[in-house]
Amino acid sequence: MPEPPEDTSAAQEETGGWTGWVRRRALRSFPPEQLLPDKQPIYVASWIYVFGVATIAAFIVVLASGGLLALRGPAWWHGSGVGHYVNSLHLWSVEIFMAFMVIHLWGKFFMAAWRGKRALTWITGAVSFLASIGTAFTGYLTQQNLASQWVSTQAKDGLNSVGIGAYFNVLDFGQMLMWHIVLLPLGVGILVVAHVLLVRRHGVVPPFPPKDTHDPDSAVAQGAVQA
Amino acid sequence: MRFAFLPLSPINLDHPGRYVHWGVIQISVANLVLILLMVLLFAAAILLPFPGTRRRK
Amino acid sequence: MSAATIRAHRREADPAAQPWTGPKRPYDLVKEFVVALVVVSILTVVLAALFSSPDDKQLTLAQWAKAAPNDFVATAATELDGTSGSATYGAPYTHDKSAAQKIGPLAPQNWLGVTIPIDSAQDFVLRPLQGAAVAPDLQAALKQWTAASADQQQKWATAYDTALTAVPDTDPAKIAAGDYGPVPVMMTQLLALAQSGGLDGALLAQGRFYQTDYTKPLLFLADGTYLEDLARAQHLGGDQWGMMNETGNYPGQAWLWLYTFWYQVKPFSTSGNADALVWSVMALLSLVFVLVPFIPGVRSIPKLIPIHRLIWRNYYRDVEGRGA
Repeated sequence: MPEPPEDTSAAQEETGGWTGWVRRRALRSFPPEQLLPDKQPIYVASWIYVFGVATIAAFIVVLASGGLLALRGPAWWHGSGVGHYVNSLHLWSVEIFMAFMVIHLWGKFFMAAWRGKRALTWITGAVSFLASIGTAFTGYLTQQNLASQWVSTQAKDGLNSVGIGAYFNVLDFGQMLMWHIVLLPLGVGILVVAHVLLVRRHGVVPPFPPKDTHDPDSAVAQGAVQA
Repeated sequence: MRFAFLPLSPINLDHPGRYVHWGVIQISVANLVLILLMVLLFAAAILLPFPGTRRRK
Repeated sequence: MSAATIRAHRREADPAAQPWTGPKRPYDLVKEFVVALVVVSILTVVLAALFSSPDDKQLTLAQWAKAAPNDFVATAATELDGTSGSATYGAPYTHDKSAAQKIGPLAPQNWLGVTIPIDSAQDFVLRPLQGAAVAPDLQAALKQWTAASADQQQKWATAYDTALTAVPDTDPAKIAAGDYGPVPVMMTQLLALAQSGGLDGALLAQGRFYQTDYTKPLLFLADGTYLEDLARAQHLGGDQWGMMNETGNYPGQAWLWLYTFWYQVKPFSTSGNADALVWSVMALLSLVFVLVPFIPGVRSIPKLIPIHRLIWRNYYRDVEGRGA
């Protein structure tokens, strides 16, 4: 039986159409060992590094508790003990989420983690933070209690004063609820995925150059970034 | 002040809030505790040894 | 030169951009994630069980009208004569361009126009009354109102509002005698409608069956002082750092500290344009925050405050000061 013709490298570039192109791009940008490495540079050795993943974990608990609230609708928690507890899960996971995110931000700032062409990692992180604030805000608006009544009638002044209120009506419960459970979590989710992929792409930012190196032949010094 | 149905949680935070005043700053005890905990957590994260770091003599 | 080559050259110029060629250590990302998820879940479950969450009951127009009838009537009077907060707001509710807040010469409040039109007299007083006009004296009052000219209507409404404001606790029963036309009957009937719960329904429904937009009942509620009194009692007022706070002893929104800070200090605390100014400042600071990597001075702070020396102390110990 004749052998099938071998793919030459030129021919390989052409095969697979759009799917092949996407696959090759993805593998080139994120080889599996880079996407899910089981090793990190020696300097990744501090508890501060857990706050990124801890923030993501909290985000998942926020989404899960929000999903549970969605099962019985926005008015459920006012009249049900179980519903109220689920609401409490949602509130405390949000407090944990925001706290861990800010601690992560403090760490990344003092590490100047944008160095080495990592500006976009910082930018996606910063925008995620701002988007999370907006998401939390629409959450407070849609509680349907006294707090919502006050927050919405106050917030409208800020948003109206810069024109945004003309199309983003914080007094419109239906609109705010859909922003809170659909548009904003989706936005935050996409930003977080982009943020993590960027970290995998560029690697964890190395330390600032050391002050001096008495043993330039050491393996650590070899890898160190020189001033 | 009317309250909706509340489950029996051991620590009832529904009393009037306690506030700390310092010049123009007014902050609730709850928020202050939260922020102090965050700062403590940050400091602990930086200072506590991480597993797998060898101590050189 | 290919794009990849150009990128490689740029990385050589920036040491921090080079791939790490030094030693590595095992680091189990998936295990770290699972542990984090378990820890956060347990923490959430415990905190929720210990502390629960706040749920201060919603304030209906009926409750407002029963608890503070004088404030209700006083508010309704301002809606009728067009002097309420909503009536004089400007965009996006009314067409008064001069009412907009300004940032220097700019008034972005006006840029998108009136997209949520409010006619305070019609929306908050007349239409609800017309929908509930059963009592003969109300029917007669409404007839008298609609038959009068716009000028006459304004005269009655303004006279009533002015006289009511002169009464120490805005008690309609103590108002001085005067020519108010059908307004006193309309106010009494609107109060009764509110106290019965009918106004909650009327303002929300707006003649429809399904509704999810609470703009009109919320604007009316916020035009009064009762809601604000309840909020201020819980430290939720704008000049009480209220944006950060939650009812009771619950932690609130600590991350809003800088948004609310500006409202506490001059010139914002005494400016009629406070909202526009504060939001402009925060938009600018948000941009600075997002663009930190490009801002000289700010991006150097980590070098000046060397917390990184603590974070990477093991690495620096290995690389630095290794004597001969």
